[in-house]
Amino acid sequence: MVTVQPSLILIIVAGALVASGVYLMLERSLTRLLVGVLLASNGVNLLFLVIAGSAEGAAIIGLNEPNEMTDPLPQAMVLTSIVITLATLAFLLTMAYRSFQLNGHDEVADDIEDAQIRRLAELDEASQSYDEDDGEAPDEDTDDQLHADLATVDTKAPDAPEENLDQSGKEQT
Amino acid sequence: MIENVVAAPILLPLVGSAITLVVRRWPAVQRLVSLLCLSLMVAVAGWLTWSADVNGPTVLWLGAWPEQLGIVMVADRLSAVLLLISAIVSLLVMLFSLGQDLQERRRETPMSIFHPTFLLLTAGVANAFLTGDLFNLFVGFEILLFASYVLLTLGGTGERIRAGSTYVIVSIVSSLLFLVAIAAVYGATGTVMLAELAVRLAELPDHVQLVIHLLLLVVFGIKAAVFPMSAWLPDSYPTAPGPVTAVFAGLLTKVGVYAIIRTETVLFPDSDLGPGLMVVALLTMLIGILGAVAQSEIKRMLSFTLVSHIGYMIFGVALASEAGLAGAIFYTIHHITIQSTLFLVTGLIERRGGSTSLNELGGLMAMSPALAVLFFVPAMNLAGIPPLSGFIGKVGLLQAGVETGRPLEIAVVAVALATSLLTLLAMAKVWNRAFWRKVPDIVEGTSDQSPRARGRGMPRSMVLTAGAMVLVGLALSVVAGPLYDYAVRTATDQLAGAYVTAVGVNR
Repeated sequence: MVTVQPSLILIIVAGALVASGVYLMLERSLTRLLVGVLLASNGVNLLFLVIAGSAEGAAIIGLNEPNEMTDPLPQAMVLTSIVITLATLAFLLTMAYRSFQLNGHDEVADDIEDAQIRRLAELDEASQSYDEDDGEAPDEDTDDQLHADLATVDTKAPDAPEENLDQSGKEQT
Repeated sequence: MIENVVAAPILLPLVGSAITLVVRRWPAVQRLVSLLCLSLMVAVAGWLTWSADVNGPTVLWLGAWPEQLGIVMVADRLSAVLLLISAIVSLLVMLFSLGQDLQERRRETPMSIFHPTFLLLTAGVANAFLTGDLFNLFVGFEILLFASYVLLTLGGTGERIRAGSTYVIVSIVSSLLFLVAIAAVYGATGTVMLAELAVRLAELPDHVQLVIHLLLLVVFGIKAAVFPMSAWLPDSYPTAPGPVTAVFAGLLTKVGVYAIIRTETVLFPDSDLGPGLMVVALLTMLIGILGAVAQSEIKRMLSFTLVSHIGYMIFGVALASEAGLAGAIFYTIHHITIQSTLFLVTGLIERRGGSTSLNELGGLMAMSPALAVLFFVPAMNLAGIPPLSGFIGKVGLLQAGVETGRPLEIAVVAVALATSLLTLLAMAKVWNRAFWRKVPDIVEGTSDQSPRARGRGMPRSMVLTAGAMVLVGLALSVVAGPLYDYAVRTATDQLAGAYVTAVGVNR
């Protein structure tokens, strides 16, 4: 363990990077999210440089005294994490592109089922599943209204996600 | 020499993954390699479990570094038994998806990608269970997360990309927090080896310990879908293909639970966060199950019950007593099996009924009695109906809670009972709507687009595999006595610090 004063500049830079990253990650657009992830993960990676100790002592036997060396283990860790970040970004980029291909934009839409449940709450129906418990066919008198509501909800059912997602995605934005 | 076997559950699927990627044009070879790898994994995990119970933990220092310097892999009772049950579930899920593969080669699920990714996922899970090193745990998490990103967005349909976005971003945030935690741990102690951390973390000032402890709990809490961090799960799991959801539901959250057990027993055995965890467990159960009852889509409902039942495991961990921990471990084993089974059966329901929405399903009982049995048994098991393993796990946890006699624990016990009842309600709702009632008129009306018309036959291999999963669940109930004893021994190990001694013994 290296017991030197941690570098204040690195800590400030890391903090700034993570802060801007988090801000961008609150966006809905995947491209902005991507930049946010990029900034935040670089900020986090800087933390490993902080804990590695002073920047001068390369960990090479013969070049530096053992007690002046920078700890090489965090550097190994940060390499791993950089590689993982790279892969993450590549994957996110692919997703953003695919989303753009499918929807014409790369914004993350709300879940359709969620919207359906929210709609039920607005209609003040507890749930669609409490109307009959006896296994018989639905009771026509009481269920007409419910079924009418249901039919409108069902037009947004998740069975044909491609087109519906497009619509609901636009509604959300 | 024999300890090298510990690396096998990681290496086998990794090598298998590489091979299946190369031979992606020959599906038959892919299938053979996948099944071979997973079967071998089950065998090795079985041996490790037996050996951990009889001879004590198997410890492997990788790369022939001087001991205490390199990376260590440990198969103690806890790791080994979770590995075994995960391997069995993975193998059966793979068999299930092969049935699907032979039946349909739809564009949405390109099987050539599925095999290598699935094997990679199991490698990541095995790595997370076996590693004795915090950074290697991170790497294990990343392996399984990356595989899960691909599996979740398989085929890249609009709905899967949407669900995948949420999942990927949440996972990335948790990975970043994990890195921060590792940096903090290493900066404070100069090591990332769990066994050494157990000693060195205790020497740190209280506030530093608290920060690190909370960071780790948040990270693992996100993976395990514990309440404040659970919203991502029901949003992302249901859109994936059936077998994928099954393996995610069974394994991924349990890796988080496993990490929480390790954090609480190895890293911070004397922490005073117990009451906090207890409250979190209570809220997880309650919010999860209330969400489940409101759903009208089976996969989403099951995702919510998954969240709520994670609460039971957290409750057992929070008790920090031998009985509580044993209950949590038994419950984890039970839940891995049952939750995967239910998702697989839901895959069958989707095939037979053409939908997973309770508004469209109906009459499945008449259409396929076999399917009804396949659903009914694990559903009752999940709800905790007496002779089954869910009941035994719950009784163990509740007893452990009542024994403490403290008001908070009693409150959690009460909520756990209510959760159990509401789970039964949710399952009964599926049963009533999908199996017992007639097909609803509004659905029957549109003849060519009705789910009934879209529903197809169930291939025999899929039914048989789902049946095998149900049998594994029943087997857990049959061998519950010995298994519970094993869980108690595991819990004793954990509380007695056997992990640290096992790694340190080779000093």
